[in-house]
Amino acid sequence: MTEPLLEIDALNVTYHTDQGKLSALRGASLIARAGEVIGIVGESGCGKSTLAASVINLLPQAAEVTSGAVRYKGADILTLPPEAQRALRGQDIAMIFQDPMTAFNPVLTIGAQLIDFQHAAQIPRAEKLARARALLSRVGMPDPDLTLRRYPHQLSGGMRQRVAIAAALLMNPTILVADEPTTALDVTMEAQIIHLLRDLRRDYQGAILVITHHLGVVAELCDRVYVMYAGEVVEEARVDDLFHAPRHPYTRALIACDPGHFEQATPILPTIQGRLPDLRNPPTGCSFAPRCPLAEAICATPPPRVPISLTQSALCHKAGGQP
Amino acid sequence: MLTYAIKRAALAALILFVVMLAMYGMVFLVPGDPASVALGPRATPALKAMLTERMGLDQPVAVQIWRFFANAAQGDLGIDVWSKRPVLDQILEAFPQTLLLGTVALSWALTLGITVGVLAVVYRGTFIDRALGLVSVSFISVPSFVVAIYLLLIFAVWLQWLPAIGAGKAGDIPSQIKALILPSIAVGIGWVGYLARMVRASMLEIMAANHIRTARAFGLPERRVVTRYALRLAIVPTISVIAVGLGSILSSAVFVETVFSRPGIGTLITGAVFKRNYPVVMGTVLFTTAFYLLVITCADLLIAKLDPRVRDALAR
Repeated sequence: MTEPLLEIDALNVTYHTDQGKLSALRGASLIARAGEVIGIVGESGCGKSTLAASVINLLPQAAEVTSGAVRYKGADILTLPPEAQRALRGQDIAMIFQDPMTAFNPVLTIGAQLIDFQHAAQIPRAEKLARARALLSRVGMPDPDLTLRRYPHQLSGGMRQRVAIAAALLMNPTILVADEPTTALDVTMEAQIIHLLRDLRRDYQGAILVITHHLGVVAELCDRVYVMYAGEVVEEARVDDLFHAPRHPYTRALIACDPGHFEQATPILPTIQGRLPDLRNPPTGCSFAPRCPLAEAICATPPPRVPISLTQSALCHKAGGQP
Repeated sequence: MLTYAIKRAALAALILFVVMLAMYGMVFLVPGDPASVALGPRATPALKAMLTERMGLDQPVAVQIWRFFANAAQGDLGIDVWSKRPVLDQILEAFPQTLLLGTVALSWALTLGITVGVLAVVYRGTFIDRALGLVSVSFISVPSFVVAIYLLLIFAVWLQWLPAIGAGKAGDIPSQIKALILPSIAVGIGWVGYLARMVRASMLEIMAANHIRTARAFGLPERRVVTRYALRLAIVPTISVIAVGLGSILSSAVFVETVFSRPGIGTLITGAVFKRNYPVVMGTVLFTTAFYLLVITCADLLIAKLDPRVRDALAR
């Protein structure tokens, strides 16, 4: 197997809040290789956006990495000097942010920002402009020249998300992190953006990380999936195995709740009973146990990571049995 | 955009009208008939009657107001009761002095205030931020005339570095600059603190915005993020505050010009009020109100220039 481009190793991140410390990530690990599209799924508050931000070490001020490492091509990003970290951002590792409405500066034109984002490239301005124009047409903007002269508020949400994708591709990054790329969009736009990302991945050499709570996006785009719950990776699997042979009860519950899978109309949408554990005071045993239909006494102790196959594992006492 | 301009002009005219009505009201509420105050206790009734007529105070109020506006519309703000000089001439003589004082005061206050505000944001939460905050708030708290008196005492009386009164000799630019230093500090000092707090608050809000995270995620140098991506946006609300605050600059100029005996609108209007020289009072108020409205309009246009969202909203 090829060397991983990106390796997140047992990462622990704590937020300092008014009500005390909150453990947002608890030993989260992840590996991404060149050419792979990795999905990170989970409900709101499970730590997936924190994981995304830690990839470029742009965590909010209140966050603190208490242990673990984020290795890019073998070197721990978190221990690099700030200037070296900054040199990676946007150049080697690029982000596509969740909310295209607010992701761009409102008083600078799209063109000005797309040129600024190429600040590390030692090429003339005209070349940067040409590159921005080429990428805008690559992501399907109908009139790239006009778009360059536009301000963000003059574009629709879907167009802005296309521009955000173009921006992320400007410097040919080896890792592309898309944090909820379709969440702020309506269904039609979402389909178009997914189509665009699928299209882009065909000739993309690096790794793509897609963070989403939408299993449909995962099924459409990803090769491998990490399912997160309460700051932990509870299951890791190839996308086919995830949908056909999920091993963690949380994964099964997520799939059961996805409206996209229903074949008949239902008056009541199924939900997972209960709520996320309080991460200011995380449980010592399995964090999903209080909501789990299979929970037994043993689930009050820390669950093992059970290997199912070379590519699948689940953090569950009960994962060893038949699915 | 044209309808917007017309709306603004109509609003400005209405504001001027209301301000002048209010001024008329205040003039008649102030105790003492202008003619007797002006002439003193030993004036004869005949003399009083003559002055009352000359001031036009024998006419009904409505007629007085109508005359005032009709003349003002033609650029005639009336005649000084005492010196018989046209009021407009006196204003045009005094105004550049006040404008110079205000501009110099605001320029250094802006430079220092924005710098302090940005530094406080860059070093937020540290000792530097707290120290700058303390200094800013104390600058806001001291009244300009108190600052003026202490500046006079320290730099003009004790150290004798700078002149105490006047605006310097005509044609002698170094002396004019020297005479401008203390008054402009007195006028501007409160603004430094105020602008610093303002810029700090709006910068803090903007630095937490998503687009700042985007700029950082593309590895832009922090300096560039602060100046180009955050400050450009933080300056927009500051501009309208400055424009609105120009009124307080003009009123602190009244105190400061009095303390430093500088010629200017402040000296002109206080002198006229004491002598019940109503044409000068009215003319000056009309002029400064008009100037103020002009500045606010310019500020709005500047904001529209800096913020494309405002520009598009106006174009609609």
